[in-house]
Amino acid sequence: MDLIADLARDLADVAPRWNFIWLYDPVTGGKILSGIWMTIKLAVACLIFSMIIGVAGAWLQGSPNRFLRAFVNGYIQFFRNTPPFVQLLFFYFALGQFTPVVTAPDGWTVQPIISNVGWAIISLSFFAGAFNVEIFRAGIEAVPESTREASEALGFTRTQTFRYIVLPLAIRVSLPALNNNLVNLVKTTTQAFGIAVPELLYQSVTIWNDYPSAQYPTMLLLFVVYIVLVGILVMGMNRWERQMRIPGYGA
Amino acid sequence: MTWTPDQPIISVKGVHKSFGDLEVLKGVSFDVMKGEVVCIIGPSGSGKSTLIRCINGLNDIQAGSISVEGIEVHDPALDKLALRKKVGMVFQQYNLFPHKTALENVMMAPLLVLKRDKAEVEGTARALLKKVRLEGKEDAYPGELSGGQQQRTAIARSLAMNPDVMLFDEVTAALDPETVKEVLVTIKDLAAEGMTCILVTHEMGFAREVADHIYFTDRGVIVEHGPPDTFFTSATDPRTREFLSQIL
Repeated sequence: MDLIADLARDLADVAPRWNFIWLYDPVTGGKILSGIWMTIKLAVACLIFSMIIGVAGAWLQGSPNRFLRAFVNGYIQFFRNTPPFVQLLFFYFALGQFTPVVTAPDGWTVQPIISNVGWAIISLSFFAGAFNVEIFRAGIEAVPESTREASEALGFTRTQTFRYIVLPLAIRVSLPALNNNLVNLVKTTTQAFGIAVPELLYQSVTIWNDYPSAQYPTMLLLFVVYIVLVGILVMGMNRWERQMRIPGYGA
Repeated sequence: MTWTPDQPIISVKGVHKSFGDLEVLKGVSFDVMKGEVVCIIGPSGSGKSTLIRCINGLNDIQAGSISVEGIEVHDPALDKLALRKKVGMVFQQYNLFPHKTALENVMMAPLLVLKRDKAEVEGTARALLKKVRLEGKEDAYPGELSGGQQQRTAIARSLAMNPDVMLFDEVTAALDPETVKEVLVTIKDLAAEGMTCILVTHEMGFAREVADHIYFTDRGVIVEHGPPDTFFTSATDPRTREFLSQIL
């Protein structure tokens, strides 16, 4: 490790625009690590919530209640057809004003009950969730009506049919499209930078504002980190896809 | 109204059914007694499948009434679960759950719908698969089974709910000739055990052999019916005679 730190220091001396500062400076190094950790937390929370929204929305879309269906469609239209960055700003600045405040642990400052991290998770989950609803809906429509009839004839309720028959089959069909959307979601977490969530892009920008010589190396680092993070997600998704494969069914 | 075994187990009275402007059933009535095997035959589009789908409430009706063991099928306050416990159905395309093994397919409904004990359900399911001659295929997925094997799994799946009536909707129509027989043998065994069966079928030889009563439908009405001996030899209606002459 010392060898790498020394190399980075030497490189900064001979090439002033390539200051890999976080390799030898513990303060900036710590910022990068905490930024990566925040990005991971943000991504995992959004992945989970957006999937829950996707499944719940797709289930409600099949509801006999016209108003529920209209509500889900309105939700999809809004979140799919407007820029996620504008949504984020609106959630944080506009809606954030109306949320109750709580007294901070220090006893004298007040802070909103939903932090900027909270708003980022809410906003990004709803954004990606809108696409997930459509992705799951496509999967659900691929399940033959006759399969649903068979479970109905056996006495399954609508919820049981969805939970045990339609959803497991629909997810298998949806996985490739879901994969794409979740990859996009992980990358879109960088927009939380706009409301000062200390994720990786935010931390990187503070570093290169303090040390302009570190700008290009830090940008390179951003690429590398996202390639690795998305790579892990894709590997996980592919593994899930393999586990879900049914002998003799589909491709 | 409480049902007693001396009354028809299924009573269809003046049933009309339309899909939009197309009237598929134009006043169909018949009764089935407990333990009877009834075959419905007729040209394609004559409303046979629609008729038996109405019996377990998969299709609604516009007029008339259908009762199963005294349960009014098209009563708005119908307890669908009570009906579906009594009526099992087997489909032309098997409609097995492709992500579940043969054993799981048979076990699912008793576990989820009847909430029965797992060990007991598994024992019954294995016995049923054995009964339809699928011993050793318990862990195979539907995609790994032949059409005939899938259809026999579907029959076992229906039987697992311990129904009083079985509906068979052209269950051999999607099978190749060699496997038709294995499915028919399974149904014949059931009929011999006294299961009340309604079959929509194109297998005339089979209908003649197992049916107690044959109904011939054409253009939404029952044209003619009778026990197989008289029906196949001395049909009187010209439409029946024409149909039989084309296929026999």
